Amino acid sequence: MNDIPVTKSSATEPLRLHIPPHRSIPGKRPDFSYFRLPPAGETRRPVIDVPSVETHPLATALIRVLDEADEAVGDWDPHLDPEPLRGGLRAMMLTRAYDRRMYNAQRTGKTSFYMTSLGEEAVAVAQAMALNSDDMLFTSYRQQGLLIARGYPILDMMCQIYSNSRDPLKGRQLPVMYSSRDYSFYSISGNLGTQFPQSVGWAMASAYSGDTRIAAGWIGEGATAEPDFHHALTFAAVYRAPVVLNVVNNQWAISSHQEVAGGEEATFAARAIGFGLACLRVDGNDFLAVYAATKWAAERARANHGATLIELFTYRAGSHSTSDDPTRYRPEDEPRTWPLGDPVDRLARHLIHRGEWSDDRHKSQEQELTELVRATDREAQTYGTLGEGGHFGVETMFEDVYKEMPWHLRRQLRQALGDK
Amino acid sequence: MSTMSMVQALNSAMDVMLARDPKVLIFGEDVGFYGGVFRVTDGLQKKHGERRVFDAPIAEGGMLAAAVGMGAYGLRPIVEIQFADYIYPATDQLISEAARIRYRSAGEFAAPITVRAPCGGGIFGGQTHSQSVEAIFTHVCGLKTVMPSNPYDAKGLLISAIEDDDPVVFFEPKRLYNGPFDGHPDRPATPWSQHKASEVPEGYYTVPLGQAAIVRPGNAVTVLAYGTMVHVSLAAAEEAQVDAEVIDLRTLLPLDIEAIVASVKKTGRCVIAHEATRTCGYGAELSALVQEECFYHLEAPIVRVTGFDTPYPHALEWAYFPGPKRVADGIRQALAD
Repeated sequence: MNDIPVTKSSATEPLRLHIPPHRSIPGKRPDFSYFRLPPAGETRRPVIDVPSVETHPLATALIRVLDEADEAVGDWDPHLDPEPLRGGLRAMMLTRAYDRRMYNAQRTGKTSFYMTSLGEEAVAVAQAMALNSDDMLFTSYRQQGLLIARGYPILDMMCQIYSNSRDPLKGRQLPVMYSSRDYSFYSISGNLGTQFPQSVGWAMASAYSGDTRIAAGWIGEGATAEPDFHHALTFAAVYRAPVVLNVVNNQWAISSHQEVAGGEEATFAARAIGFGLACLRVDGNDFLAVYAATKWAAERARANHGATLIELFTYRAGSHSTSDDPTRYRPEDEPRTWPLGDPVDRLARHLIHRGEWSDDRHKSQEQELTELVRATDREAQTYGTLGEGGHFGVETMFEDVYKEMPWHLRRQLRQALGDK
Repeated sequence: MSTMSMVQALNSAMDVMLARDPKVLIFGEDVGFYGGVFRVTDGLQKKHGERRVFDAPIAEGGMLAAAVGMGAYGLRPIVEIQFADYIYPATDQLISEAARIRYRSAGEFAAPITVRAPCGGGIFGGQTHSQSVEAIFTHVCGLKTVMPSNPYDAKGLLISAIEDDDPVVFFEPKRLYNGPFDGHPDRPATPWSQHKASEVPEGYYTVPLGQAAIVRPGNAVTVLAYGTMVHVSLAAAEEAQVDAEVIDLRTLLPLDIEAIVASVKKTGRCVIAHEATRTCGYGAELSALVQEECFYHLEAPIVRVTGFDTPYPHALEWAYFPGPKRVADGIRQALAD
């Protein structure tokens, strides 16, 4: 006998499938109604060794330091001296000048592909400054500012973009997929998200070895839907890995809004809660806030208190890459009207407000960097471009597949060289 | 010398390497306190500590990703995938990352990882605990693929794999863990102790990757096999009463092409036996190579004896398994023309 009463559904309406709406319509007004902008200085800064659960209210906050009057306010103000801030401003401006030049190089047929970081420069540059120079970076494809802030030669970066005879990666990788062991910068993958759990593995190895270096990983909000994101958080939590895990929420994954990645009902920082990780959510266009949040997470990791998930709330002001046209999927003036402004302008205005910078110095630095990039590009092109040649020899195609070349590759090499 | 089963020999290989190299560590599902579902890591955590041998969450992709990061740091992780059938979630990290990192970083970073996985059927594991997936990995440039058939080779090859600077996928035929298996499930199981290859040195030694072994010399026909099918092929040669030369490939990539070519040029006939499904299986590559290298020495078409192109069935396991009768039929077919 089944004595459990059978309940019939009392619903009268049929079920409905929810598809996140595409709010940004080309030709219409930008719609930012989906987020709340708390005032700068509102968020409290916990001490670095708090239990992770005490950071969880920060998952829905937004750490902001620079207020509307360009003043640094609140608990999270890192009280940085003007000199490092001018250094950060310069690295952001150099990144922007470099991006502009390389974007145009693709447009004029000198290479196949490019991706700018326009609007997201503070994410990379402020984070590079907050980490030690030998902390290991596992980045996605839009953190070129990390390399630039660490002083990696832009000539080498350009040679990689051109896949030319001086490309450190021998022309094997799509443009922007840099790698530099000397600068503790792990090879970028075109498979989205794979680097995120690798950063946790590296951090586990560092802890296993009794090292003092930590790792940092970056992933876009779109790729958080990949299992790699889940793996990274699980392993980071289980093994308390010394790693800073960054979600760069720039609102857009090519043409898909962050809501398609699962941002409609929860923040990306809030993903940390279920894993028991610490989390911070930060205004990604506020250089001081990004620096302070990253410093907090890095100190926490280095002191064996485990990983922090940071959501960097920013905006992709440019196209995804040279292969898409944003005016096809969002209003043309959306980047200009982004409520959190531009990271370069905001830091410059802050320095001007402190009497440590001026419009004239800004303009002349812009010109200086544009000229530097132009001159470096001219040199880079003397080593070849993708379009006009100057590549590594065919024999290099067969090297580094294995440490030692097996017989079948030796045979294929002879074939490629035209020998029988 | 000790008498070891394949489980004990594999355990000994890892024990030796944990003691020799502080960069070696082991993780995987249930490998720590418990010692693995097949007991291959039994006692290693107790002896070498939790830091060196530990349990991992049920996330093969996460394990491989962690291993890639550890390899970039300079460690030599050994990852146990509990069944080869569970390796698919790890393939993005294995194929797109571990196998490619040396190339895409122009030699700056490497992935000196060993991925161990029990493979093959014969234990009533059904379709999710019986697969032979080696051809998926031999197809990937940048990976090495190994499958031993006995305790001595298992230990020597595993030490070579751990010491190798490139990622190695190391398949362990689980039906051979505790004894050789000639493909007759109705006969009593025999332990390794009665087999010559169970004589295993207790200390360090290697069997180099890329070298095949002639396990039965002969002149009438060459049989190419690896893993469980080595023992099945030996039984088939006896039962067919044919002077077959049986070659145990041991490493599938890099392949010992010289041993194969020398044998087929001598016999003029070739049978390829594997447990994996037929279409685009590793036998297809072997067949193409033999044809390219030995065409004018061949006296008959090359014969493949393989698993059928179906999922591995549970109840009909022995109808699926390419046992000695099927291999003997293949040998006769190769000798018929």
